[in-house]
Formats: sequence, structure tokens, C-alpha cells
Amino acid sequence: MPLQINGRQHVVVLEPRVSLLDALREHLDLTGSKKGCDQGTCGSCTVWIDGRRVLACLTLAVAASGHEIVTIEGLADGDQLHPMQRAFIEYDAFQCGYCTSGQIMSAIKVIEEGNAGTDEDIGEFMSGNICRCAAYPNIRAAIRHVRDEAGGRS
Amino acid sequence: MRPLTYSRAADVQDAIALATANPASAFLAGGTTEVDLIRAGISRSEHLVDINELPLRGVEDLPDGGLHIGALARMSDVARTPRVVERYPAISRALLLGASEQLRNMASMGGNLRQRTRCAYLRDGVSPCNKREPGSGCAALDGFNRGHAILGTSEHCIATHPSDVAVALVAFDAVIRTVGPEGERAIPFDDFFLLPGDTPQLEHPIAPGELIVGIDVPGAPIARGSVYLKFRDRQSYEFALVSVAAAIEVDDNVVAGVRIAMGGIGTKPWRARRAETALVGSPPNETSFRHAAAVELAEAVVREHNAFKVELAQRAMVRGLVHSLNGRQS
Amino acid sequence: MSAVGTPVTRVDGPAKVTGAARYSAEISLPGMTYLAVVGATVASGRVTAIEADAARAAEGVLAVLTPEELPKIAAEPHLLPSLVGGPAPGESFFPMQDDVVQYAGQPVALVIAEEYEQAHHAASLVRISYQPTKSITTIEEGREQAYEAQRLFGGLMPARSERGDVEAGLAGADVRVEVAYKMAANHHNPIEAPSTVATWDGGNLTLYESTQGIRATQQTVAQLLGLPIARVRVITRFVGGGFGGKAMVWPNVTLTAMAARYVGRPVKLMLTRPQMFTSNGHREEQEQRIAIGAARDGRLTAIRHEKLSITSPFDDWAEPATGVSSQLYGCENFLGVHRLIKGNTMTPTFTRGPGESLGVFTLETAMDELAYQLAIDPVELRVRNHTPVDPFGNPWSSDGLVECLRLGAERFGWSERNPAPRTTRDGEWLVGTGVAAAAYPIAFFMPPQRARARIFADGSAIVQTSTQEFGTGVLTMATQVGADALGVALREMEFQAGDSDLPNSTAAVGSAGAGMVSSAVHAAGTALREQLIALAVSDEQSPLHGAGPGSVKVADGHLTSAERPGAVDTYRELLSRNHLSDAEALGMWRPPPLDTPHGLLTFGAQFAEVAVDPELGLVRVRRLNGAFAPGRVLNPLLAHSQLMGGMLWGMSQALLEGNHMDPRYGRWAETNLAEYLVPVNADAPEVRVDFVDVDDELVGPLGAKGVGEIGQVGAAAAIANAVFHATGRRIRSLPMAPELVMDPAVGGR
Repeated sequence: MPLQINGRQHVVVLEPRVSLLDALREHLDLTGSKKGCDQGTCGSCTVWIDGRRVLACLTLAVAASGHEIVTIEGLADGDQLHPMQRAFIEYDAFQCGYCTSGQIMSAIKVIEEGNAGTDEDIGEFMSGNICRCAAYPNIRAAIRHVRDEAGGRS
Repeated sequence: MRPLTYSRAADVQDAIALATANPASAFLAGGTTEVDLIRAGISRSEHLVDINELPLRGVEDLPDGGLHIGALARMSDVARTPRVVERYPAISRALLLGASEQLRNMASMGGNLRQRTRCAYLRDGVSPCNKREPGSGCAALDGFNRGHAILGTSEHCIATHPSDVAVALVAFDAVIRTVGPEGERAIPFDDFFLLPGDTPQLEHPIAPGELIVGIDVPGAPIARGSVYLKFRDRQSYEFALVSVAAAIEVDDNVVAGVRIAMGGIGTKPWRARRAETALVGSPPNETSFRHAAAVELAEAVVREHNAFKVELAQRAMVRGLVHSLNGRQS
Repeated sequence: MSAVGTPVTRVDGPAKVTGAARYSAEISLPGMTYLAVVGATVASGRVTAIEADAARAAEGVLAVLTPEELPKIAAEPHLLPSLVGGPAPGESFFPMQDDVVQYAGQPVALVIAEEYEQAHHAASLVRISYQPTKSITTIEEGREQAYEAQRLFGGLMPARSERGDVEAGLAGADVRVEVAYKMAANHHNPIEAPSTVATWDGGNLTLYESTQGIRATQQTVAQLLGLPIARVRVITRFVGGGFGGKAMVWPNVTLTAMAARYVGRPVKLMLTRPQMFTSNGHREEQEQRIAIGAARDGRLTAIRHEKLSITSPFDDWAEPATGVSSQLYGCENFLGVHRLIKGNTMTPTFTRGPGESLGVFTLETAMDELAYQLAIDPVELRVRNHTPVDPFGNPWSSDGLVECLRLGAERFGWSERNPAPRTTRDGEWLVGTGVAAAAYPIAFFMPPQRARARIFADGSAIVQTSTQEFGTGVLTMATQVGADALGVALREMEFQAGDSDLPNSTAAVGSAGAGMVSSAVHAAGTALREQLIALAVSDEQSPLHGAGPGSVKVADGHLTSAERPGAVDTYRELLSRNHLSDAEALGMWRPPPLDTPHGLLTFGAQFAEVAVDPELGLVRVRRLNGAFAPGRVLNPLLAHSQLMGGMLWGMSQALLEGNHMDPRYGRWAETNLAEYLVPVNADAPEVRVDFVDVDDELVGPLGAKGVGEIGQVGAAAAIANAVFHATGRRIRSLPMAPELVMDPAVGGR
């Protein structure tokens, strides 16, 4: 089946039961999207489909065929990191790094969705991404920074 | 995960035909319940009919001032639809307080109504569960039942219905529209959710191949002042311990109209009709609210770990009515 | 210029924010196969039959291993903490050696298949019959058979500590507080599941493993498989969180290696989230009781602190909970006791702030009650009981407790507090504040730690040791330490870790990681610098020739000496002139002996502000402030994150986290992240972290005492004390769930 990922067409033979997350990680070697629970309860597999953030673990790859998929690997422009990626480094918005891909994929959308107006909103709309290291205040700081930074790509 | 076959439906009739052709089929919309339960070995579906290309995503006006919500409209979209926010703020709030934004972007309104209980004994695949294996018993009755229901239970099942938006919808007498092999149906919201009784495995009066195509929410001016409050351990991304949808109208210092529904405590989205009846004609104050709440919870049946919900639900109901009365949204 | 002490951003930051960082399940090898583990569904009994025909016939299945097919292990595992440096099995038990079931979730069959989905589907087809026997999985069920433990931590520590006459001390007290708490079990739940990729090349085994101790993994697997240690290599690039759950070596690692040998191909195992509740230990369900006596002036006269908890059938495990209460305050009469119940769970294990975090919870909530009984300010009461020496009369290696309490109080605005409970309202919320002292032991159980430093002709340098990055920032801090020790710019230094072939360092547990690694790295960098200085001063062509080695300073790769004003040599030129392509040195740090005559605690103070909705039982933490004295702060940005994370763990422990056994089945009731609650972003308040500078020359050449645990210690107590201040009610169970916090008195008002 064809999968359009990060602007590139991949053709891969997959059974219908294969999740988009496993397709990325086990079949396409795109391991930036993380498997944390495989149950829709942690957010570390967050990717964008047709511009919206969704969970790759509860999406079947076959159902995503024909749609535009963006993963963490699709954010940076060569060595030029996305402003949110830079802000996550600058504000130390992660520790172990395992939830980070999902956090960043959500964080960019939180701003785009218009849900980053207040800290309370950011907290609420980032709550689908669990960070067990509890870097939450720093994640909010990174999002505030990108929100406030004029000319940020987000 | 068990092997699956998959097809994409081109239109409603196609979807019904595809689903009817294989008795072990399920419709696939957002997948947030179905994929999860197939992976957990709870859903026995072998064939998925992907209905996402069906044109059922819109929110449209009804002649009576109500709204028709397409079954495939996503929770996040409905929550932000201005007509929903204006006319039924409780529906919008209930949607936004459910799950996470990622799940709300995926989950459809129709799928939300068919989501299944979070009862751990259903999901573990091992414990006795009359939903999973009718006749095997209910492990929750004498188990860890903190999250379980206190209203609408039976000796065979005490599983809580987990939806938030269904609580708001039942408060406003929504109607579920389906199309099936036998044609179209309109099912009153309260009738769509079956009490467990002796047959907890039967959750909805819906035939094989019958597809939810939309939800009609009748026009209800009272709903414009409605609230939805959700109480839980953590501040977000958790099912309710107790939730309440409430709307109140006062005329000449007595309650002229009231809608109350509760989540987290019932085996179905719980319309608090007894409380509503008790309130109409009463003065709109905390004493009346407390009395109405006590009337509604009088028949609660508690188990070892959920007894606190009787009091918590009453306090929540009072809180919801006070907030609706004061025009507070949260 | 010194790199140590500066807020350098993480060196692994770019890899982590782009998804390029590879965790253990993300290794791709040709011919990879997938392992699914079938766990027992009963907690006690025997397996009477395994029907695996359907699974074996399922598409893609390469093998189904039952105890019949699985080879026997070469040696019985004996639990010993990984910090000790040897093999470190998490429990003195290895599954699938016979038909016995000791706990639910224990592996009973393995399925290996070509694809991930095939393995898990086939695993669901394996039918297992049991002859169950009566299990004990809760304290309530086993209370009658509780016994006093003799030794803890695999025999490493005594389970009882006693001095003076505690009963006389209590009897003679002017004021007594006696309280008991029930504390639910906790599960680590890192977001990355324990993951293993095992691949054999002849008799050599390579494991890509999500572990907090690659050397512990290497030694444990070698021992269990009867392999020379040299034949086992463990590679761990990144670990997606550990929190103690990956500090010991659990059976699944060795089982994966066995499966790979059986099918003759690489095998990948990633545990499922539900399996994580029965595969890598947990913090045990426990009850703690404390009795404190004090004179009218607040001075403590006696502390009696008891813990009762449930362990496995095969290990006397309890997280030690009375170590801090025995030392934190001056008190002549003390008794600490650990009692155990043998139950049908796996052996519990280290969980962040092991043992002492709940021990301190008990002590510090009792201290708050004492403060109210005495009408002494809670901060002042703690200051009054401060002691400059440990119970043996040894001075602290470094102190800072009083300074942390004072600084924390100032930054928090403690002096503005009205001590009377239930006096501040904000709409539907009651507002309260609370304080707790924090302390965590430093333990020098580890063997000597080694690192290798190497510099190349172009001036670039590496330093290496066999540790691993699981979020502590060790890659970054060791880079800073290595750069300073060698005297090169940060950009020239790379720290390499994650491979058991590198020089020895012990598992990163108990906050020891940063101290151990930085000490070894410092030693290696220093050794190499001294070697190069010696070369320079003996090199006739060097501008520094003949200078005293002790006079030579190195910075940014430039060597200078006060004895040779204006003269500069560089590492590059030195190596080039001497026709050296590189130079290297091994460095070793030997920890102080266990009987070092010093008190060893890291100190801090925690302050919390909470809002409580007394009608609905909701608790919202509005502010958390911590002041800590962790010795030298190697990187304030990263130390802040570690401490903040620990404080939020404390919040979680106070309010959210707890699992419950269903004693009928001996299975955990909450086995996913929707039911087992950890905090989400909306739960986390802003957190303030302040540092108190203390010099510590004992704990290592850099004086770093560690920041992994201390942030978590005391935070839950400060929150519980704030809940009391807000509501006037003490909650005697953790977590403090809404049904406990709901005020029975406010209903129907």
C-alpha cells in the first residue's frame, strides 16, 4: 500500500491489522514516533494526518493510506531545526526523550489550533502527552516561547 | 492482534452491504475504541468496513432550532462549531473535557456513542465478565469497583458508561439516526443505551450492519445556559468519577424548567428525571437542589469501593445546578 | 573557562527532538523476529497443561517455548542491588524452570514469530491450564503471618536500627504524636517499555537493552546463561526513563537471549504496557507507623518508626524506610523496624526515592502534627531539631538543612502564613500551605569506577565509560566534566557511553550515577592532562620545557605556566611535534569506604501550596518550591529539571499514584495508563528550585551528591501538610484520592 510520509511516497506491503505506528517503526525504520502504551493513553505516538494531530497506535496503516502523514522526522529542514525543536532544547523540555517526539508534534499544533493562549490552556491541551520525567513546566515554557517569538514558523 | 480484512465503503448503502456480508465485521471510523479492543482481544471483529469517506461530517440546522450532527463529525470539530457552542454549551464542554485533543481529532460522534466501558475486568480478557462471556459472572461486583456505576446496575454488571458527550446529549433528548438493512430508524437517545439487566452483553438496540448516520439534537432554549462539569482525580485526560450536565430556567423565582444528566455513576448516560421532576416548581436554591439530588440518588446501589459516589454525585449535581443558575461555564 | 556549573543544553538534545535517538527496540537488524511473552493468569499454583498447537500452527510462528523447551539456567539468581556492581537479578527466581507459578504475570510461555502482530496473536492462542492454590497478595490477607525482617536489599542492610530506649523516650515526652498510614503500591511506568534486542554471533551474545545498568545486565545474563562475561556485550544508546524499574535485571532480558539462541535469529521484545505491571518490580504496598515524643521546647525525645510491607515468596525485600528518620534530627532514642509478609507478587524493587521517600512522608507529616501540638512554627521546629552530626557522632560530609529551610521559607513567603488551619478561602477552594524537610542517604556500595580519556592529534577528545543515558543528563554533564578535567573546550569533547565494552561504571541508581560517572570521568581527564603536561615539560621543543608540572594550567587545549610568562603550548602542537596520533589515559575513582567517619545525607526543604475543594475532594497543587543542597551542581539547567521532576513525582505520590490488588485473583486492578494515574501537564504547577551551596570534599572529587532522588523526597509530605492546613483534616492513606479528601461535614449544607 502507498503511504505518503513527510512528503515522500512509500510503498510497503502490510497486513490490514498493522498499525500506522508499527508500520513506521517496524517496516519503514522511522522510529521517531514512539510506542509508549499502544492503547491510546500516553500520546508518545502523536503524528499528523492531514494536518491534525492523531495517535498512530490507534490508526491502522491501511486507513492512513491516501492521507498526508507527518512524523517528527519531517519537521527539521535539513540541519535547520523547527523552532519548537529548538525551544525544547533551550528550555530543557525533556529528560529521557522518549515522549518528546509526541510532545513536539502536539506542541506545534497547540499553537496552530489557538489553544496556547494561556498556561492553563497549554496545560489542558498538552495533557494528552504524558511525560513521566515530568518536564511539564518546561514544556509549557517552550511552547510560550515559540508562541511569542515573532516570525516563528509555527 | 488477530488477522483482519479491510474494505473502504463508498457510500452508506455500500457500507451496510459490506458489513452485512460478513457477520464478524465492524465499522471503522476513528478507530479509537475498535482498534484498541481488537488489539486487546476483546472485540472479535475480523473485518473492518472503513466508513471515513462517507459524507457524514456536517453539523446542520434543524427546523426547530436544533442541530443535526453527522455521525462522522469529529469530536474536536463539533466542540468548536459555533452553533454548538452557542446553543448547547454543555455539549461543547463535554466534548472538550473528554479524552485528549489527539483522540478528539480521531474519534467520531457516532463512535463515541458506541465506545465501551473501561471496566478493567472486561478489558483484562481473563476475569469473569458477563459482557465478554455471558454467564461467566461479574468480577467487578466484589472486586476493585471504585470506577463502577451506582445507578442502573444489575447483579450481572455494574460497568460504567464512559462517555462525556453522551451525558450532555441525553440531557437534551437527542435522537440517534441510523440506516440499516431494514431501512432508516430514529432511536431516542435514552433508548439507545440498554441497562445491563440480565443481558449486559447487549449494549445497544442496533442490528448487524446498522450504521449510525447522525444525531439530532432538538431545539431547546434552556440549553443555552447549560453547563457540563467533570470531576476526576487528575485534571485532564481521565474518565469522570462523576460528571454533570445541567441547565436550569427560572421564572418568577421558581424553577420553570431543568435538565440534568450525569456521567461516571450510571451503566448508561444517566438522565436524572427524578431530580428534574422534584425541582420543577421549587425555589432555585441549594436546599431544593440538594433535595432533588437526594431523590435521584435514593436508589443507588453501592459496592465496596464506590459508595463515595452517592454523596459525590449529589454534591456534583448541586454544583452543576448552581453554576447553570449563575451562568458559569465551568 | 569552566564548563562544569554552566547551564549547557543537552548534548543529546538534537537527537531527541528530531527522533533520531535510537532506543533499544529501535535497533533494526537483518532477520529480526519478535517475541511475545505469555504471562500466568493465576498468582499461585502450577501449570498443568499448555496447549500450543494452534499457536505453533499460526502464520509466521517460528517457535513456542514452554518450560519443556526452554533450556535450564546455569545458575540460580540471587538478588543483589545493581549498585554493588555484580550480577543483579531483580528477584531470586527465574521463571519457566518448572511448572510452579509464583505470581500473576510470571512468564509461562514464549512465542517467537516473523512479525510483531503474528507473535502477539499467536500468544493469544496459547491455552494454559492451572491448578491454582490460595494466594496472598495484600497486606490485609497476610497480616497474621508478618515477621520482622533481618536483612534488606539482598542481605546488604540490617532491617532493624535501634539506639537508646525508645519506650522510655516516649514515656518521658511532654508531647507525643502517633500516626499510621496506608500506602498503595506504585509502578514506575516509564514511557518506554522494557525492551530487548538479542542477537547471537556464534558464542557471542549482543543485547540492546533498556537498562539503568549495562554492566549489571552483562554480568547477570552471563551468569544465568553460563557464559563468560566477555562473551556478552550490552549496548544501550538511550533509555526512555527508568525510575528504578530498569535498575535491576529482570527475567525478560535473559528469556529474550534464550529465544534468540533457540531460533538462531535476532529477537526483539518490547513488553506491553499491561505486562509492565508484572515484569519489572514495583514499590510495594505498605503501612507505616510512627511515634514521636518531644519536650515542650520541641526537642525530640524518641522516634519509633515501623514499616510493614509485602514481598515475594523468595526475597526479603523492603525499600528501607527508616534510614532518614533515624538520622535527620538529633534524637537519642530511636527504633526502626521493617516487617514483611511473603506474598504472591514479584519481588518489589527500587522506585524513585526508594523507601526513604515514604519514610520521610511519615516522619515529616508527623513532625507537622507535632508542630501544631506544640504551637511551634513547622520550619522552626525542624531547625530546632537539626543536628550537625549523624547518630554515631560523625559530622555530615556536608550539611545545608537549616539553610534550605530558611531559603525555601523566604522564597516561598512562609512568614506571611496564618498557621491556623482552614482560614483561607478562594471561591469554592480552601487554600493551604505546608513544609517538609527532605533528606536522602548517600551509599558507597559501588566498586571503583573507571573511565578512559583520549585526545587526538587534531585536538578533539573523547571520554568513555559504561554508563547509559536515561534522562539524567549524564551525557551532557560528563562532557562538561571531561572537558574541564582535560582542559579542552566543550566543543572538542565528546562523552561516549552505552556500551559494556567501555571501562567499568556501576548501575545508575540511588542518585549515585552523576557522582560516580563524573568522578571517574574527572579522574580519566585529569590523568590524561597530567600525562600531557609531563610530556610538554619534558619536551625540549615545548615553550614549557623544564617548567614544574604543577605550575602548568590547561584551558581550551592551551598549556601555560606561571613559571613561563607568555609561553603557550597546545595539545595539538604537542602531539604533532611528538608524532603522536593520539594519547589516552584510564582514570579510576575509588569511593570512600562504607565505614567512612561521616554522616552521609543530601538535604533539602519542600514547600507546597494547595487548593482543596472540600465538597468534591479535589486537591490542586498551586505551587511547589524546593531548596536543595546537593553539593556541586554540575549543570544547573539539568539539575533543575531532575529536581523539578522529582518534586512532581512527589505530587503524584501524594495525590494520584496507587495500584490495588484484586486479592481473589492476585492480579493488579489497574494495568494501563488510563487507570494507573500519573500526572498530566494540567496537573503540574510551576515549580521553583533553589540551590544552597555546600562544599563536600568526601563524596568525590567534584563534590556532587546527586539530584535524582532528593527532589522527590518530602514533596508529598509538604503537600499533605498543606492539605491539612487548607482543610483541618489529616488524610491517612496515599494517594489522597477525592473520596478521602471529601469532607463528610459539608454535604447537605
